[in-house]
Amino acid sequence: MGHTVTLTVNGTSYTREIEPTLLLVELLRETLSLTGTHVGCDTSQCGACTVLVDGRATKACTMLAVQADGATVITVEGLAKNSEMHPIQRAFAKEHALQCGFCTPGLMITAVDFLERNASPSDAEIRHAIEGNLCRCTGYHNIVNAIRSASAEMRQTAGVRPKVAAEVNR
Amino acid sequence: MITHPFTYQAPSTLEEAVEELGRSGDSKVIAGGHSLLPLMKLGLAQPEALIDLRRIASLRAIRTESDGTIVIGALTTHRDIAHDPIVRAKLPALAEAAGAVGDLQVRARGTIGGSIAHADPAADEPAPALAYDATIRAVGPKGRRDIRASDYFKGTFETALADDEIIAEVRFPAPAGRSGSAYEKFAHPASGFAITGVAALVTLKADGGIERAAIGVTGAAAAAYRATAAEKALAGTNGDAKAIAAAAAKASDGIAALSDLAASSDYRKHLVTVFAKRAILRAVTRARA
Ligand SMILES: Cc1cc2nc3c(=O)[nH]c(=O)nc-3n(C[C@H](O)[C@H](O)[C@H](O)COP(=O)(O)OP(=O)(O)OC[C@H]3O[C@@H](n4cnc5c(N)ncnc54)[C@H](O)[C@@H]3O)c2cc1C
Ligand code: FES
Ligand code: FES
Repeated sequence: MGHTVTLTVNGTSYTREIEPTLLLVELLRETLSLTGTHVGCDTSQCGACTVLVDGRATKACTMLAVQADGATVITVEGLAKNSEMHPIQRAFAKEHALQCGFCTPGLMITAVDFLERNASPSDAEIRHAIEGNLCRCTGYHNIVNAIRSASAEMRQTAGVRPKVAAEVNR
Repeated sequence: MITHPFTYQAPSTLEEAVEELGRSGDSKVIAGGHSLLPLMKLGLAQPEALIDLRRIASLRAIRTESDGTIVIGALTTHRDIAHDPIVRAKLPALAEAAGAVGDLQVRARGTIGGSIAHADPAADEPAPALAYDATIRAVGPKGRRDIRASDYFKGTFETALADDEIIAEVRFPAPAGRSGSAYEKFAHPASGFAITGVAALVTLKADGGIERAAIGVTGAAAAAYRATAAEKALAGTNGDAKAIAAAAAKASDGIAALSDLAASSDYRKHLVTVFAKRAILRAVTRARA
């Protein structure tokens, strides 16, 4: 039986008729063609599919699309504003925090959720925050550097740049 | 990918959810979905109907009752529990256990009701539920029922909850007197689940010695349990390092410890005593602070 769901993705409202078996990540990638969100494992382990659901980093392979009815979703495509990259995106480029790039969208989304709530994290806190995101290339070192570097820029522009991961209570 | 078809609904009241759950023998409630959806992907769970609790706002709150009982709605996420100021102040072992679940994303979706209902032997929150002597309030077609945590965990994925019951809330009595509590976990390096997790609650006498102790252990056996031998050994002592070590050494007494690739049963029993010692030590330090 089809269900009609309406959700906001990166500021645009979408209404679609879907089956309950459809995962949120499948809705994003296959129905809405937002392929920036990746599927690494489809078993909740790797974090490549991480998106913000109502302001919280969520593994989109472990949520039904019907559960996102009414939700506000931000994917990696929603990080840049007016073609200006988000500080986390610039920091990943600057610090060479990616090689193949497969894990990058999920890691950046997790980092944004984390940094908007912890403006001055220690390296240990950064490593704890990205426990749910696996990278098979970089060895994590430059990813931690990038998140630390983004935190510095985000502190400077706090209040000017609207929050990406603001909590949405429904 | 989920291939087995099912129907889906998200009722807005607990009464409706109970009614829908009773309609078919093959229906299941879904909360955070972080245990159920992985099982459905593997085909290990194939419910015909899913009843989503997400619209039942009353299940999402944390509140304190007049007698001090802290009531945590079943839908409260691990993340919200870990960050809640009342839980952190009054039930630090629960805040620590919730904060140690999986990873940031898992904590954002997974719920205490789901964790308690699912009863994975390596789940974190059962340990503080036992140590604080929490009560699981379930609602079913015959009405409401309170189950003490010590009567609730029966075995691997096996509990005192009936198939037609829904957990509405988990009720934690406020620890009385001069007390302190803490949770210590030895996490599986890959899955993050507890190979061993120990929650300890101690209450002090006027002279600073131990009046009573309650210790909940997860990860080590088929079901989370109260380490009663260790509790008895600790009560009445002066609570110094020697007394704590002697009591902690009994925390795995009499259990049939799990054995797997991550830890043999002997190693697990050893880990329980080490993590019990750490948890008790921090609990006593907190009680004396
Ligand atoms: C990658 C990963 C790592 C994890 N690591 C840990 C960890 O380290 N420690 C840990 O403790 N857990 C861990 N978990 C499990 C996680 O904590 C789950 O959130 C939890 O076990 C289930 O909660 P849920 O809300 O997701 O429940 P769901 O998956 O929605 O439901 C689980 C089961 O409980 C039933 N259920 C749910 N809510 C209720 C209710 N209110 N009343 C009656 N029945 C109900 C469902 O029908 C289902 O059978 C991990 C999960 C993943 C995916
Ligand atoms: S694809 Fe979702 S966690 Fe790996
Ligand atoms: S850059 Fe290749 S997986 Fe992370």
